[in-house]
Amino acid sequence: MSRTALRHHHPVTPYLFVAPYVVLLVTFLVGPAVFGIWMSLHNWDFMLPGKPWVGLQNYRDLLDSGSVIFHPFWNGMKNTFVFVLISVPFLVVIPLLLSLLLNQKFAGRTFFRAVVFTPFVLGVAVVGLLFGYLFDPAVGLINGILNGVGLPKVDWLTTQPQAWITIVIMTIWWTIGFNAVIFLAGLQGLPGELYEAAELDGAGRWARFRFVTVPGLRNVFLFVVTTTILASANLFGQPYILTKGGPGDSTTTAIMAMTNEGLRGFRMGTAAAMSYMLALALAIISIANFLIMRERKPS
Amino acid sequence: MTTTKSITSSRSGADSSAEPGGRARRRRAHSRTSVGPLTYVAMTAISLIFVLPLLWMLLTTFKTESDARSIPIRVMPSEWTLRAYTVIFDDPANPVYTWLFNSLVVAVLHMLLNLVVAAMAAYALSRMRFAGRNLLFGVLIATLFVPGFIFFMPNYLTMSTLGWLDSYWALVVPGAAGAFGVFFLRQFFLSIPRELEESALIDGANSWTIFTRIVLPLSKPALVTLAVLSFLGSWNDFVWPVFVLFSPDKMTLAPGLATLQGAYTTDYPVVMAGATVAAVPVLILYVVVQRYVIEGVANSGLKG
Repeated sequence: MSRTALRHHHPVTPYLFVAPYVVLLVTFLVGPAVFGIWMSLHNWDFMLPGKPWVGLQNYRDLLDSGSVIFHPFWNGMKNTFVFVLISVPFLVVIPLLLSLLLNQKFAGRTFFRAVVFTPFVLGVAVVGLLFGYLFDPAVGLINGILNGVGLPKVDWLTTQPQAWITIVIMTIWWTIGFNAVIFLAGLQGLPGELYEAAELDGAGRWARFRFVTVPGLRNVFLFVVTTTILASANLFGQPYILTKGGPGDSTTTAIMAMTNEGLRGFRMGTAAAMSYMLALALAIISIANFLIMRERKPS
Repeated sequence: MTTTKSITSSRSGADSSAEPGGRARRRRAHSRTSVGPLTYVAMTAISLIFVLPLLWMLLTTFKTESDARSIPIRVMPSEWTLRAYTVIFDDPANPVYTWLFNSLVVAVLHMLLNLVVAAMAAYALSRMRFAGRNLLFGVLIATLFVPGFIFFMPNYLTMSTLGWLDSYWALVVPGAAGAFGVFFLRQFFLSIPRELEESALIDGANSWTIFTRIVLPLSKPALVTLAVLSFLGSWNDFVWPVFVLFSPDKMTLAPGLATLQGAYTTDYPVVMAGATVAAVPVLILYVVVQRYVIEGVANSGLKG
């Protein structure tokens, strides 16, 4: 009865409701996703009137070590991969530990949760400027403290691996609250009965963590790892502000390489091809990640 | 989803009606253990890691340039000065307060557009049956799997064609195509009992009246959450504005700060003043609506 009653709107009404959104969806997401492929098959120089069809040449160039774009592209891919590899473990484990701490019952826990989350509401530009000052090799607070306790100064921004370390530290400080809040929500969704049963069976703290918390958090964990890999693969603002992609081009990321090619050099066909290659790499990593985590299902 | 929602909403009583009931609350109580002073020591230390850098940023803005560059580190200013704030006021190449205004206008317009189009679409998707509904839903889910950088090149061309480069519109409109808001609101609309709308229907109300007079007022918590997330997302967006805005007077704070840093490099009071101008509005917003922000994130499991 209720279903039929609700169908008493004019047949056109639902289309009027979705129309504004659908116009945006088609213009700025669906259309571009398809049109980008078309661009990647052309020599799409923004500054030139003619955009000749080149077939798969842009993709071939990306794979041909003799082409001009080969080094910037793979350097960006490699650097992005390095950042994902070194940042994701910290960005997952530290928030997990933090959420375990915050999941205890104590006065002021919502306050602490809010404090931990605070940096995430700031933009990468604010945090980047702040960390550029904190980690300034000559006058920054960090080297000032190191100096004060008799340790040598560290060249945080212009040598490697220090530049990566600085970028990773900044990313941890900036985004840790996000994953912590998601883990916390997962922890608080775990049924208390399981903990009680485990306790009655004589399980200690560690056993309860290992056999109740860990399996219970599996889906949240998979979600956090996947979204963190994707977020880290989008690295752009931190090196753009802190290191300008340097020293050399050692922190120039895939997105920086792509935007340099397409939005600074205006060779948008190659840049579009780069974006699809990066998306393909991310899709493969996400699927692999999903399959690996699923196989470890407890029997 | 229901579990995460119950956790976050339990902080205030505001939307406890959406809770599955007291059972969940009692269960949670068991999962916590009481703690000793060590936890407070640890939590205070951790909190300082997050708070001290922000205080350092603020304190630096009141220092002279030489104080900010002093070695050994000088914590308190030898003389308090507002020089940094007047410098960013007077520099026509880096008009930080114009950027502040631009950021506010852009974020508010983006938020409004996002709310209106997402709420309308979400209402149709949660309450009406129409040909193409499943197709639309499938496309929406598919967009969640496509990374944002795919759209940079084609959307840049679109901005150029529409004459939107170097204008507010490039930041206000394209982002409102994102599917997150539609999913987020649809999820909430589905939790509203249909009986209210049905009785209004019997009273002769049309779909638009039901939507604006019944559904939207009942959805205030979800709308506020989406509004805040949408505002913050726009305020903090970086990559896209860096490339679509060029003129000093058209920029927003995020890309503007990068040029400010380029212009003043190690004049850190000025650089930190720029960062502070960008940080303070969102920090105030966060203090006021902290609950909605964290609730939105805790619920973002559906963001995929």
